Amino acid sequence: MNPELGLFALILATCLALLQSIIPLVGSYNGRLNWMATGKTLATGQFIFVLLSFMCLVVAFVTDDFSVQYVASNSNSLLPVYYKVTAVWGGHEGSLLLWILTLTGWGQVVALRSGKLPPELSARVLSVMGMISVGFMLFILLTSNPFTRILPFPPADGSDLNPLLQDLGMIVHPPMLYMGYVGFAVAFAFAIAALLGGQLDSAWARWARPWTTVAWCFLTAGISLGSWWAYYELGWGGWWFWDPVENASLMPWLSGTALIHSLAVTEKRGLFKSWTLLLAITTFSLSLFGTFLVRSGVLTSVHAFASDPQRGLFILGYLLVVVGASLTLFAFRAPEVRSKISFSLLSRETLLLLNNIILVTSCATVLLGTMFPLLLDALDMGMISVGPPYFNLLFVPLSMLLAACLGIGILLNWKKGSVSWLKQQVRWIAIISVIGGIVFSFLYGDRFLVSEALAMGLVFWMVLTIGKDVRNKTRNSGLLKGLRKLKPAYYGMQLAHLGLAVTFIGVALTSGYSVQKDLRMSPGDSAQVGEYVFRFDGVSQRQGPNFVADYGKVSVFKDQKQITVLKPEKRIYTVQNMPMTEAAIDPGLTRDLYVALGEPLGGDSWAVRLYVKPYVRLIWLGSIFMALGGLLAVSDKRYRVRLKKKKQALMGAKSKSGNGTQDDTVTTGGQA
Amino acid sequence: MKRWKLFLPLTFFLTFCVLLYVGLFMENKSELPSMLLDKPLPEFSLKKLKQPQEAVTEGDLKGEVLMLNVWGSWCPACKVEHPYLMKLAREGINIVGVNYKDEREGALQWLDRLEDPYLFNIVDEDGRLGLDLGVYGAPETFLVDKKGVIRYKHIGIIDDRVWKEDLKPRYDALQKELVK
Repeated sequence: MNPELGLFALILATCLALLQSIIPLVGSYNGRLNWMATGKTLATGQFIFVLLSFMCLVVAFVTDDFSVQYVASNSNSLLPVYYKVTAVWGGHEGSLLLWILTLTGWGQVVALRSGKLPPELSARVLSVMGMISVGFMLFILLTSNPFTRILPFPPADGSDLNPLLQDLGMIVHPPMLYMGYVGFAVAFAFAIAALLGGQLDSAWARWARPWTTVAWCFLTAGISLGSWWAYYELGWGGWWFWDPVENASLMPWLSGTALIHSLAVTEKRGLFKSWTLLLAITTFSLSLFGTFLVRSGVLTSVHAFASDPQRGLFILGYLLVVVGASLTLFAFRAPEVRSKISFSLLSRETLLLLNNIILVTSCATVLLGTMFPLLLDALDMGMISVGPPYFNLLFVPLSMLLAACLGIGILLNWKKGSVSWLKQQVRWIAIISVIGGIVFSFLYGDRFLVSEALAMGLVFWMVLTIGKDVRNKTRNSGLLKGLRKLKPAYYGMQLAHLGLAVTFIGVALTSGYSVQKDLRMSPGDSAQVGEYVFRFDGVSQRQGPNFVADYGKVSVFKDQKQITVLKPEKRIYTVQNMPMTEAAIDPGLTRDLYVALGEPLGGDSWAVRLYVKPYVRLIWLGSIFMALGGLLAVSDKRYRVRLKKKKQALMGAKSKSGNGTQDDTVTTGGQA
Repeated sequence: MKRWKLFLPLTFFLTFCVLLYVGLFMENKSELPSMLLDKPLPEFSLKKLKQPQEAVTEGDLKGEVLMLNVWGSWCPACKVEHPYLMKLAREGINIVGVNYKDEREGALQWLDRLEDPYLFNIVDEDGRLGLDLGVYGAPETFLVDKKGVIRYKHIGIIDDRVWKEDLKPRYDALQKELVK
């Protein structure tokens, strides 16, 4: 009964979404406030029913209802209960349902906070979000129903969740990522509403900005969680593989980063309007495209995913409708007039434009690298796979360029700056950065690495320019007093930029100075890696809930003192008979000690992989800074104070218009 | 800004969709069996990966049933597949690797780090053998019988399900065939 209830709730939600995509929109054109107001109620209803549907699926998993096909192929009675819950989004159907839950969740939040917007705008935003929902819900209902039963002969037990996904990182990674992906739907809806209504001023930018930033924060967190998961779960010690699925999440991030910067210019200076709109559309399109890539199996390197042309075709059609329609709308309605507002060549505007160009180029680079194999294949020029060499060759210099621009952009003022002023500002910083980078690379590690010197120089450059800017901003009223005066938005921005610098350190030092050894070790054998001595103490066995494991014991010493005992595992998940490597990591801010167990080599000896990865944690610490910086910026009173005022004004307007509506009804009634 | 410029994103997007559409059905095509099915292995003479002075030809692959596994250190899905190949190798299944469009260094490092499930590896650096075999990407696996005839092709990774349902029954059946 329960799965049928879930399906029914989903169908109801689809109907509500359909209504939501029509009624408020129509109302916004013929000025009916009560039509517009239905958007909120419908959004709430939609959210509740999708939540109900999702809970039904959770219940089916927790109660081991293997008559449901999706449960049978993604769960098992031996699976610990928390993994049963997360198995809900372990496969295609369930993760789509999670996608929709997230989307309607965002819709609900927009509805709650939309009282502060002009009613036409909020009605259109909600309608656009409704349309997005309808598409995805139809996709689930028509091609990927998670509630399909296997009757009359349900299997006795399920075929288990993919062991790769039985992990803490997998519990939080997809919801975070989806919060980001789908969050950009709100920015997209705002952009479409602006195109429909023709209102595109700094007030619009101020409304759209916090939504975009929050989505960006979630996406940042989601991507870095994914990278962290790959790091410890795949047992490779790498943290980014340029896999198409990873690229699919990186592309919206790059274009979303460009978007939040361009929105800043639109809000503060009323510039880059069309560009901002285009970026908002692009960012969400890339999120959709990411879904398409992962779900359709269009790329050969994602062979591992179920390839289903019918599903692929549906998403492609959906993409065509959503993106095609919005780009057509953009082509006809985007503001054409060249802005009269001017800025000099050396100004924050120019640098932010550069920032956008670099980010969009990076995004295009990733897109090209991901799609190139397909393009060549389509033109019958043979198969080719562009691997990490291509991405590193293009992406790394672009990031460095971005870092260099960041320093200048932060220091410059809006509108205009002078070369001599800038020179005087950065003279010392530039010298210190160059020397700092070179000296660092000479002192650290045993050889001089050009790229590491360059990256560290840029880290000095970013950190020092941020410091210099804080100093400039507080010069007039003294450091402490001045610091108190600075707004959360400013701190948020600088924290996020500092985060980029921190990530830079992590990436540079890990790629430059990691030490690794692959050894055959028998119990009692020791090996020196860097300044650490690893002693292999043999392998024992243990029984997990749904796996059996060989676990090794490796004691690690530094300067004769024992630091830790690491227990890497080699598991066999019994249901799918699938071997898995569980690396053991001793994390630290300055270095990770990473041990993975290979294969038994006869006798007591095993293949053992030992890594010392310096500062690898900083990669993720930096992205935490970025995400927190974004949240801090959103917390800025500026967004709320003005909104509050607006709200008061609107409340006045509303009570008036409320009366108006009543009058309307009365008249209609009278006419009838 | 001229109005026509605002149509550029749309134009770009539509072109892109055509490409995706083509891609979608190409995947279909690649699921069809290889043209070479039930035909002898194509002629080739290539080097071995670990013994670059030794040459391999199609003749060296005759005599035993074996799986010809196309892989590259650039291919993420191969990483996923690898532990299962190790398991099969330990069970005594003959696996010969075709190191497809790879760099020698990377491939050797891969085998060193992850261990080597292959009897030996054929170096197909420029992808000629892959082309002759009708390879679409990596990983792909061909079942070759004792006479050196390709009898089955699997696209994508081999896991427990694929092995038990598709490959093992065929592999076992080929083992029983007699060479006249």
